[in-house]
Amino acid sequence: MIQAFDLKKQFNGLQVLKGINTKIEQGEVVVVIGPSGSGKSTFLRCLNRLEEPTSGEIVFEGNSITSKHNDVNRLREKMGMVFQQFNLFPHMTVLENITLAPMKVKKLSKEKAEEIANSLLKRIGLEDKTHAYPNQLSGGQKQRIAIARALAMSPDVMLFDEPTSALDPEMVGEVLEVMKKLAAEGMTMVVVTHEMGFAKEVGSRVLFMDEGKIVEEGSPQEVFSSPKHPRTKDFLGKVLS
Amino acid sequence: MDFSFLQKYYGFFVDGTVITLLLSFFGVAFGVLLGVVFALMKLSKNKLIKGFSTAYIELIRGTPLLVQLYIVYYGLPRLIQVDFEDLTLGIVAISLNSAAYVAEIIRAGILSIDKGQMEAARSLGMSHKTAMTSIIIPQAFKNILPALGNEFIVLIKESAIVSVIGIHDLMYNTDTVRGNTYKPFAPLVVAAGIYFAITFTLSKLLGILERRLRAGDSSI
Repeated sequence: MIQAFDLKKQFNGLQVLKGINTKIEQGEVVVVIGPSGSGKSTFLRCLNRLEEPTSGEIVFEGNSITSKHNDVNRLREKMGMVFQQFNLFPHMTVLENITLAPMKVKKLSKEKAEEIANSLLKRIGLEDKTHAYPNQLSGGQKQRIAIARALAMSPDVMLFDEPTSALDPEMVGEVLEVMKKLAAEGMTMVVVTHEMGFAKEVGSRVLFMDEGKIVEEGSPQEVFSSPKHPRTKDFLGKVLS
Repeated sequence: MDFSFLQKYYGFFVDGTVITLLLSFFGVAFGVLLGVVFALMKLSKNKLIKGFSTAYIELIRGTPLLVQLYIVYYGLPRLIQVDFEDLTLGIVAISLNSAAYVAEIIRAGILSIDKGQMEAARSLGMSHKTAMTSIIIPQAFKNILPALGNEFIVLIKESAIVSVIGIHDLMYNTDTVRGNTYKPFAPLVVAAGIYFAITFTLSKLLGILERRLRAGDSSI
């Protein structure tokens, strides 16, 4: 579904990604772990070109995202993204947050967009917040709304950029719960996270990144129980103890 | 102080106020329209467009309004070989001037919005333009309202300068009354009172608008 070929990214001379090659299949839940500064978020943000790769290619459903000939907006419709800082639109109600893109981008009618929004709100258990503004919500609620907002475009893949890192500990669970449900329904997901429990339980594949490279990858079982690379062992030793 | 001259001359103040209001209204309207354009140009990635806008803003901010007014008044009709009404030229000069300041206010407002907002909008498939008009500008507008209001008030007061090119605005007519009545002082007090009434009303109206806009994001 998504393929990355020799993906490289440089920020002001600093090489953040040093050639990433990987393939994400339909229905997979790929969890990207690694120390801070290893390039995991940059990698994720390159996948929908929020970050412009310096070189290399990304192919999504047969279309090159990095090619100037393809309309990146059309491709992004099919790739939902969830951010660490939620990035809800503060001047709009929850309902408006969710219906805006379907109406503006997909040109759905207001009724149709609201119907989708309401059923999503029900799914995440926040139908009572329909007319609330984002700053009336807790962090966990905001992130669940952000997930619903991305799902309203009915994407083929969901990208999660440390979705629980900005949350108070007691709110992490409710967000992970929504993500687990999503995974169980067969959504293709790429998740950058520090939640090792989630990676083990839900991940179908784990990528361990360090210093701009994928150092090790495999099933959660393989990576967590018998890591091969010394960097992976070192990292897991620190986060799991 | 003797204000009995008002009985005979109040018409001058009324007419002058109408012209001042007209000038201010169109000055603000065109100033904002042009200001948005210059702000977006200055934020553009295209070096030429950005450079043009930067140069314009610097030039306008770096030269006196009076000089700009004379240049427009004497230069524009010659440049394009069309005769304009004095009032039109006054509005042009004031709008061109205001646009530079408004552009800087708007640019700062747009830059003040967290870049995550643009990223979230783009990640949902919105074009840069849609993201700007639906997400960034509405939020920026709320933030810049106080600064923009300040600029409007400055503009109304500065519009008095057009009296030097013979536009019969409030300032010009006040001078006429002073001459006709041989009273150098009292008519100025009247003019000051009218200017203040206009700007104070505007500032109150903007205050109401600001509170309305903030009502939407009141937190509990």
